[in-house]
Amino acid sequence: MADQALLKEFEAVVGADNVMSAESDTHAYSYDAAVLDSVAPAVVVRPTETEQLGQITALCNKHGLPLTVRGAGTNLSGGTIPSKGGVVVLTGALNKVIELNTDDLYAIVQPGVVTAKFAADVAAKGLFYPPDPGSQAVSTLGGNVAENAGGLRGLKYGVTKDYLMGISFFDVDGNLVKSGSRTVKCVTGYNLPGLMTASEGTLGVFNELTLKLIPPPQAAQSMMAVFDDVQAASKTVSAIIAAKILPATLEFMDNFTIRTVDNFRKAGLPTDAAALLLIEVDGHPAQVAEEAEKVEKICSEHGARSVDVARDADHRAKVWQARRDALPALANLKPTCVLEDATVPRSKIPAMMQALDRISKEFKLTIGTFGHAGDGNLHPTILTDKRNHDEWVRVEKAIDAIFDEALAMGGTLSGEHGIGMAKAKYMEQETSRATIEFSRRMKKSLDPKGILNPGKIISALLD
Amino acid sequence: MADIQKLVTMLNELDDQLVNCMRCGMCQAVCPVFTETGREADVARGKISLLDGLAHEILKDPKGVKDKLDRCLLCGTCQANCPSGVHVLDIFLKARAILTGYFGLSPAKRAIFRQLLTRPELFNKLTSFGSKFQGLFAKPVNDVLGTSCARFQAPVIADRHFPRLADKAFHKIAPAMDQPAGSSGKRVAFFPGCMVDKVYPKVGQAVLKVLAHHGVGVFMPHGQACCGIPALSSGDRDSFEKMVGTNAELFANADFDYIITPCATCSATLKDIWPTMVDDEGLKARIAPVSAKVLDISEFLVDVLGVTALEGASGKKVTYHDPCHLRNSLHVTAQPRTVIKATGNASFVELPNAATCCGCGGSFSLQHYDISKKIGDLKAKSVEDSGAETLATSCPACMMQISDRLSQRGHSVPVKHVVEVYADSLG
Ligand SMILES: Cc1cc2nc3c(=O)[nH]c(=O)nc-3n(C[C@H](O)[C@H](O)[C@H](O)COP(=O)(O)OP(=O)(O)OC[C@H]3O[C@@H](n4cnc5c(N)ncnc54)[C@H](O)[C@@H]3O)c2cc1C
Ligand code: SF4
Ligand code: SF4
Ligand code: SF4
Repeated sequence: MADQALLKEFEAVVGADNVMSAESDTHAYSYDAAVLDSVAPAVVVRPTETEQLGQITALCNKHGLPLTVRGAGTNLSGGTIPSKGGVVVLTGALNKVIELNTDDLYAIVQPGVVTAKFAADVAAKGLFYPPDPGSQAVSTLGGNVAENAGGLRGLKYGVTKDYLMGISFFDVDGNLVKSGSRTVKCVTGYNLPGLMTASEGTLGVFNELTLKLIPPPQAAQSMMAVFDDVQAASKTVSAIIAAKILPATLEFMDNFTIRTVDNFRKAGLPTDAAALLLIEVDGHPAQVAEEAEKVEKICSEHGARSVDVARDADHRAKVWQARRDALPALANLKPTCVLEDATVPRSKIPAMMQALDRISKEFKLTIGTFGHAGDGNLHPTILTDKRNHDEWVRVEKAIDAIFDEALAMGGTLSGEHGIGMAKAKYMEQETSRATIEFSRRMKKSLDPKGILNPGKIISALLD
Repeated sequence: MADIQKLVTMLNELDDQLVNCMRCGMCQAVCPVFTETGREADVARGKISLLDGLAHEILKDPKGVKDKLDRCLLCGTCQANCPSGVHVLDIFLKARAILTGYFGLSPAKRAIFRQLLTRPELFNKLTSFGSKFQGLFAKPVNDVLGTSCARFQAPVIADRHFPRLADKAFHKIAPAMDQPAGSSGKRVAFFPGCMVDKVYPKVGQAVLKVLAHHGVGVFMPHGQACCGIPALSSGDRDSFEKMVGTNAELFANADFDYIITPCATCSATLKDIWPTMVDDEGLKARIAPVSAKVLDISEFLVDVLGVTALEGASGKKVTYHDPCHLRNSLHVTAQPRTVIKATGNASFVELPNAATCCGCGGSFSLQHYDISKKIGDLKAKSVEDSGAETLATSCPACMMQISDRLSQRGHSVPVKHVVEVYADSLG
């Protein structure tokens, strides 16, 4: 429990109601969606004004207290697991959309705005904010920027970093730093919005985000291609891209996932299929019609058993429901579900699928794979029970093996879930010793006491 | 107080259910309490982690955990939307029983459950006595809604606009019944539930009228006990089993096709909670056939009697609020709407956010009136926005909560049970 004098200092900033230190409160902020051990903070603070965010940050720095900012706590890499004795700062009450500009197509938001709510507000004005992580119903925009979250539309529309035009954030001393602009073009100074993207709360505390909005596509067409061979499905992905068609979404599901989803919702999926591709093209109606036809043809030419083109909105919703059900359905099977996001160049998807098959056999584990095939971002999902010690040891080895394979193919540790604590140990393997040290030096000069979300991305500071 | 080791052992029995929560946090999107407070300990994920912490001795504050566990409407919205299929309500009810076993029941609750609700005769006498004197401490505030408020400061009532206890309870108005099957060929057992009996007897009368209209034989013994959910949700499993036992005496050996209720909470309790939460094997076996025959009144009208929506109906705008227990636990949503449309003299309008909880949650509204009020206000605002001239629903507890909030906001949209709306149309 934190000492009383310190609590008083926090209370002076945010009010007694917004400072929590009872065990039954702090324990509820000891975890996130990653399968890692929990660590309870000493204090949880809930600012209701962004100025208080800066004041709290300065206070933590003054006392050398580790500070972990928490949005919805849905990240899958341990990014919000606090340090023992540290402070968790909640952004949930900082949830205002400050400006939604329909002339210049941007919005300025506080960090705690919920992604789906923001997307709905934007849609109500006839505009479009594409990044749509699977957690969007609860995830916050601050968390999205800090993790550089992506979603189903990443292939064509990009990820959160492609929409962050400007940012203001507090440095460790609580000073407000601003960078970027409301203009589409801006090359004033260092690209600090870029630096803050994927920083996972280790470099600064976001105060306001300026996000780009775009006009929505006028039309869309979805389809489901059914394959009897995983390799054929994987090759179809490359073929579609090679034909210079950029679908809005291009998703993959393996046989295990198909069967599980079908069992979950009795949706009438082809349970004997080796793989499914769920594809959506969007844009101008004429272009959509043409591209849909081409995609259908490519699928058939590459061995699709059938291609089911959505007839209407209901049918389209059904296609996407199957994809949305993938994670819940898998999660229902076993107590623990480890969702990985190793990502490879698209052309390597067939090889990656073979590797995953081998790994599941070698370590005697159930792995269901689905994911964003269009951008090479697969989600091999290991189903296990963490309480089974022997199996858990094999799970950890299998994860190592998955990353070894992905990196050997020129891929990356994380397509969208971030590094956090979960993958910090693999960082050097993907980058280099010099990269880690450069990052640590940078961190050290921006955060000399190492209070900002210590232990994440680059592990501990070198002293 | 029992020793903490025993508490840990008992909580560990929940472990298999607790581990199924993958901590995805998706329940934050739907939990009405979290929406108001933004606190993780108020949402299913947080509560489950607290119980897990207690079970594994990472956390050592059972009192704190109990307080957090009580901050829940038991509305089941999280469970209905949980991607991992976590049995949240099951976990919460069992954990409340375990923690109540550890701390003991509060004296007030002990008196209410052990001395009163388990003894229907006494409960009836007392409420009938109370109804005669309530005018002394309550003054009417809204005639359309039939709400009153306290004349004096009363801690439990606060500034609620509550419906008065009925002058005459339903069991006083309606005789005990044991009719054979009527022209429909069906005979049902009627379980009005205590809210209908003591606060809304007109709902019970509407049910009888509708059943008579459709030629359904009614079996309705007097001396029915409460369904038991108030005791169970406060962690008092013993009283709960007693109440189930009393009801089993009345219903287990009787012959009927269905057992129907106009109370969403009762339906869910009889159907889902009796079979899962009764411990005594003998009692479990006796009530299983009763539970299997439970139908909500609208479900019975539509699915069994074949009541259908009438085309081209017009009239006053009626909207419908989905009670949590009907929607989340029993997945009954279409039938009540069909019944409203079957009246032929109402134009049905959909309520914005019809599926969100009204914020009542039984004793939750007593213990956390401030939060309950805010959640209820969202519902009342939706009713106002819908432009409806009548709000219909399928649970007397929801009727009470929504009347309170509408009344407080100075609105006089009448709040009725679906079956009342239907009975009115029968002339
Ligand atoms: C079911 C499910 C599906 C998911 N699907 C996807 C998906 O499709 N794509 C994807 O990319 N991710 C996905 N995720 C992961 C996760 O939802 C994202 O990483 C999301 O962006 C996290 O948002 P959050 O608000 O929960 O942030 P949190 O988890 O609370 O925080 C994430 C990081 O951001 C930091 N942070 C938060 N706010 C601030 C701030 N104001 N200033 C500085 N740092 C801050 C935190 O310190 C932490 O390091 C999914 C997760 C789940 C559980
Ligand atoms: S939605 Fe279900 S699995 Fe996810 S955190 Fe809530 S209870 Fe746990
Ligand atoms: S039962 Fe209702 S109030 Fe309780 S945690 Fe679930 S959604 Fe929230
Ligand atoms: S659920 Fe509530 S209203 Fe219905 S009988 Fe039980 S206690 Fe009474």
